[in-house]
Amino acid sequence: MGKVKCECGHVNPRGTILCESCGRALTEEAKKENLVDMRYEGSARRSQTYNKTIIDKVWNFFSSVKVGIWIIVLILVAASFGTILPQEFYIPSNIPAETYYEDVYGTFGKFYYMIGFHDLYNSVWFIALIAALGVSLVIASLDRVIPLYRALKTQRVDRHESFMKKQRLFAEQKASLQASDLEKVREELKKKRYKIREENGALLAEKNRFTRWGPYVNHVGLIIFLFGAMLRSVQGMYIDELLWIREGETLQIPGTDGEYYVKNDGFTLENYKQGEDLEVFNEAIDRVGTVAKNYQTDAILYRDENNDLPGAEPELTEVLHDDIQVNQPMKFESFAVYQTSYRQDEMKAMHFALTNKETGEEFGEVVVDLFNQQETYDLGNGYKVELLGYYPDFDGFTKEGEPTSRSPLPNKPAFLFNMISPEKPDGEVSFVEIQNTMEPLGETMYKMKFKNLETRDVSALTIRKDLTLPILGIGGIIFMIGVIQGSYWNHRRIWIREKDGHIYIAGHTNKNWHGLKREIHAVLDGTAIPEPEDRQKD
Amino acid sequence: MSELAGISSALLYAAFILYLVGTFLFGGSIRQKGLRDGDQLNRWGKLAITVTIIGFIAQLGYFITRWAAAGHAPVSNLFEFTTFFGMMVIGAFILIFFIYKTAVLGLFALPIAIIIIAYASMFPREISPLIPALQSDWLHIHVTTAAAGQGILAISFIAGIIYLVKNIDQSISTKKTKWLEAVMFLIVSVVGFILITTGFALSDYKAEFEYVNKEDAAAVQEFNVPALVGPNEGVLITDGKMNPIVEMPAFINAKKLNTVLWSLGAGVILYVLIRLITRKRVAALLQPLVRNVSSDLLDEISYRSVLIGFPVFTLGALIFAMIWAQIAWTRFWGWDPKEVWALITFLFYAAFLHLRLSKGWHGERSAWLAVIGFGIIMFNLVAVNLVIAGLHSYA
Ligand code: HEM
Repeated sequence: MGKVKCECGHVNPRGTILCESCGRALTEEAKKENLVDMRYEGSARRSQTYNKTIIDKVWNFFSSVKVGIWIIVLILVAASFGTILPQEFYIPSNIPAETYYEDVYGTFGKFYYMIGFHDLYNSVWFIALIAALGVSLVIASLDRVIPLYRALKTQRVDRHESFMKKQRLFAEQKASLQASDLEKVREELKKKRYKIREENGALLAEKNRFTRWGPYVNHVGLIIFLFGAMLRSVQGMYIDELLWIREGETLQIPGTDGEYYVKNDGFTLENYKQGEDLEVFNEAIDRVGTVAKNYQTDAILYRDENNDLPGAEPELTEVLHDDIQVNQPMKFESFAVYQTSYRQDEMKAMHFALTNKETGEEFGEVVVDLFNQQETYDLGNGYKVELLGYYPDFDGFTKEGEPTSRSPLPNKPAFLFNMISPEKPDGEVSFVEIQNTMEPLGETMYKMKFKNLETRDVSALTIRKDLTLPILGIGGIIFMIGVIQGSYWNHRRIWIREKDGHIYIAGHTNKNWHGLKREIHAVLDGTAIPEPEDRQKD
Repeated sequence: MSELAGISSALLYAAFILYLVGTFLFGGSIRQKGLRDGDQLNRWGKLAITVTIIGFIAQLGYFITRWAAAGHAPVSNLFEFTTFFGMMVIGAFILIFFIYKTAVLGLFALPIAIIIIAYASMFPREISPLIPALQSDWLHIHVTTAAAGQGILAISFIAGIIYLVKNIDQSISTKKTKWLEAVMFLIVSVVGFILITTGFALSDYKAEFEYVNKEDAAAVQEFNVPALVGPNEGVLITDGKMNPIVEMPAFINAKKLNTVLWSLGAGVILYVLIRLITRKRVAALLQPLVRNVSSDLLDEISYRSVLIGFPVFTLGALIFAMIWAQIAWTRFWGWDPKEVWALITFLFYAAFLHLRLSKGWHGERSAWLAVIGFGIIMFNLVAVNLVIAGLHSYA
């Protein structure tokens, strides 16, 4: 359909500008140009050939590098707007975003929130821009790589002199090629790792053609990366959970469908200490105060063997012991468990001694577990303590005199005890909070003397599964191969040809012309072949 | 300070001096154009590059000894990172110099590196222990590769700025001359910052303020230069120091803004002085130095540096960064400002490459792009670290 036949006999696809084989100009415009546009070898690109249907138009739009650059620039500018104020996921989680931005940043903050910039990177239009980038990458690459591949594959050695004349590096001289000169040139070219082909008295030296595929390889890498990032929203590919776990606790790991449990076998926070750590750190420790050295949860991972049996009690078998530290997550299956945060010294249990106020004699110790209280604590010999009320986060009394608790967390525990003794078999009531004891129903003979407090740390673990990582990794590797392939080499060609008593020489490189000029200079040095001139100096 | 740490500081100091000497030597050698095969560097040029390389080795010595003293690579705070970046600029310059042998590049690259290293020295210089998030080999891998990429990209800026100094017509005042002066002014302001900070540090200026911070809590902040702007509801608690002229709202870090104001002020004074004394634009003053070099060559050096630097930058600042973020912060990407600005840098240079390749943006336009690209890198280094505080914030 609409093929173009060149004078040399080669049949080119429709839309070809320079004959794939001999290089003759096939269009009127190309014939008029002083220098040929060598970017895609004058090959037939779909986007330059068809422009009728909607599909053509969409194709042409996205294959334009101008459009591609616009997309890149729009993403870049949009991304920068998201850094003006912190994004929603970085603001304190206990304050609603609606009020936070206005409270902290005033009118500007309110405006920022209103136009949705507080969550810019998840906005529909931002994601649409990224999608447009992906589409553009695919179409622009396909539009170019196929014709370019064809053209480079079918190129002839003896290019038409009109092709050579329109190269940026070119020279012509009335003379004939000397065999000795040619021999020397061949040798020099080989030293410089050119591949040499000769046909009909013409020579083509070419090297590093593979570098031309670099951009397409890197674009493929980017596409794979974008595809991987998109997969994340597919169910089951991605899990992100947070687990607060107290020392000694064993909890189900969220996201594992009840299969795995983890035990916090102790949390450690270490700071750098003068005298213990390197002396050179002293100055820094002095200036800043404390510097954290390690956050660590000693974790035991269990599997529930009965997970598949509905209704069965969990039967835990130990799978793994690991110290989870920052930078050293615990891994199992496709999960990783990270040390994310901690809270130190949460109250766990309080110890009291039932004490005779007057004599100071103690009649046994009561340990109140703040998470699991008993109703009565029998101390023997007629001594007994009843827990009438427990207020984990004591918040004062109501008008009626009832104690209240703000939350179920043991932040500020208070207790209402009834102390039973042989002397007072009905008991005496005492209200005890930290550092304060009240006797609401009159003076008592005994008291609950505070002995000590058991505390423990709470560790926050992040549970993460991300099955897209291998895809992202492959995308990243392909991208790197592609950019390196495209950036660290140049595709260079030198044509030398004698025709009708003239020597023609031309050179082309896809970039880095100084390098090519230097190379040609060295190759031709000491021969009668004229050195090509650069006809595009600014 | 341990003995090693002492040696380390001395080596850095030596490198600094050698770079200064190198600058003058390059100044002597610029008569020579860019070289082609077979030409020889002149004697000044040879001496200049030798001194530069010795300086580089000295700085490498600083790096290694400090590493040994601290037990971790010295890239863990703003001073260390910025110093390393300066070293990478020199390293990249040496690399490019051996490809193109252009002396004038050294005349501009060395002073830029000197300013960067001096700027670095304005931050706390003690060896700091690593917080848990930084205890990873990826710290070394990621930061050094990213800085190397930025250093190479900086050479593109340097070639670009030389191109502009050479090619922008200074006989009339145009938009271009104004923009170029703006760039020069920013460089002068950094020098201003260094002078102001050093000056007040020598006089041991300290003024403490009690103020109310963003979280509505009482806090204390120490100013080391007189406060032109003060913190939110700030009360001066050091006797006999200056009271601020204006008070800032809580979400602005008054201390940092104050330093920026002083630097710009010092920059204005320095710049105006230069203009008054020489009666020329700064770029016009530099123009005679660059007359000999070929514009074409500068353009190619600038482009080549981007081609070499872009993959290195991508690897270090994005790929290694993502790998580490996955390990340390549980996610490879979190839209933290520093991450976003690395991405912006990446996108910008991608746009640069596409503009050159397909729109034929060579020469002057390409040079402007190289300048803007470096501006983005510096923004990420300076502003994002100091102003937009995210997870990365060292200071
Ligand atoms: C962040 C996104 C992108 C990156 C990192 C990227 C990267 C690159 C690189 C490194 C090159 C080689 C440049 C050179 O060697 O000088 C290149 C070339 C190219 N890119 Fe992209 N690119 C991106 C997006 C796009 C988009 C959206 C388009 C769509 C129009 C596009 C179209 C092209 C084309 C047509 C080439 C030239 C191929 C050639 O002439 O051989 N790129 N790209």
